Amino acid sequence: METQAERTNAFAADGALDRAINERIDVLLEKRLEAKLAEIKAKKTPSMTIIATKGTLDWAYPPFILASTAAALGWDASIFFTFYGLELLKKDVQGLQVSPLGNPAMPMKMPMGPDWFRSIRWNIPNALQSLMPGYEAFATTMMKKTIKNTGVAEIAELRSLCIEAGVNLIACQMTVDLFGYKHEEFIPEVKEFCGAATFLPMAKDADVSLFI
Amino acid sequence: MNFDKELDARGLSCPLPILKTKKALNDMASGQVLKVTSTDKGSIKDMQAFASQTGNPLLSSAEEAQTYVFFLQKK
Repeated sequence: METQAERTNAFAADGALDRAINERIDVLLEKRLEAKLAEIKAKKTPSMTIIATKGTLDWAYPPFILASTAAALGWDASIFFTFYGLELLKKDVQGLQVSPLGNPAMPMKMPMGPDWFRSIRWNIPNALQSLMPGYEAFATTMMKKTIKNTGVAEIAELRSLCIEAGVNLIACQMTVDLFGYKHEEFIPEVKEFCGAATFLPMAKDADVSLFI
Repeated sequence: MNFDKELDARGLSCPLPILKTKKALNDMASGQVLKVTSTDKGSIKDMQAFASQTGNPLLSSAEEAQTYVFFLQKK
């Protein structure tokens, strides 16, 4: 009489048992893996890393808006400030300027006067802009007035909100050396002065990574 | 609708209504209701996204004379 072991051996010999086991594992694994992945995703805190490279008043907005909003949504957010972006970490950000020169997309409108006057778009040729002393200072003043009129936050306020919400502010040490800055020029909330090798592993694990 | 706290975010632009909503919710107890008023047209969509991302239910969302009124419950 054939024993159980002999039957199993015979079954295994032609590979039928292995095939059956593999098929069963595939079915079970798929089901369990889906559930497990959903569980891991639900538990994970989303994260975002941003590289901020620009230091003008207009371009100061995107990194701080996105990072503060991410923090409000409960995400971990970090901003790595490099090159001109370092200006955004200076103790005083009141001096940030905007330049319409070479930026044809920037609407030059007056933030005061009657509506018909406000709606005029002043197209001033680059050649003229570059010749007029104080043109950028004037454009910056107008921009700041528009920002105030429309209820858009000031950069200093958005930055404070980021800090309050625990956004991680990181400065590029290479740029600090390149531009001859001192650590004391930056707000004390900048905890790290480091390089690309520190940023990249953070970006690798982030769900959202942006270059601004 | 009854509420436990009110936030006036009128006149503020993106992302301030959301940031201030988050801050207001921080000081509240679970189950309490926050009323937010805003004039930011983007806040209708933004408040829905905020609620679904953070898990604080958006009980209602309405517009009255270009002012948007939201009721959020702290989870």
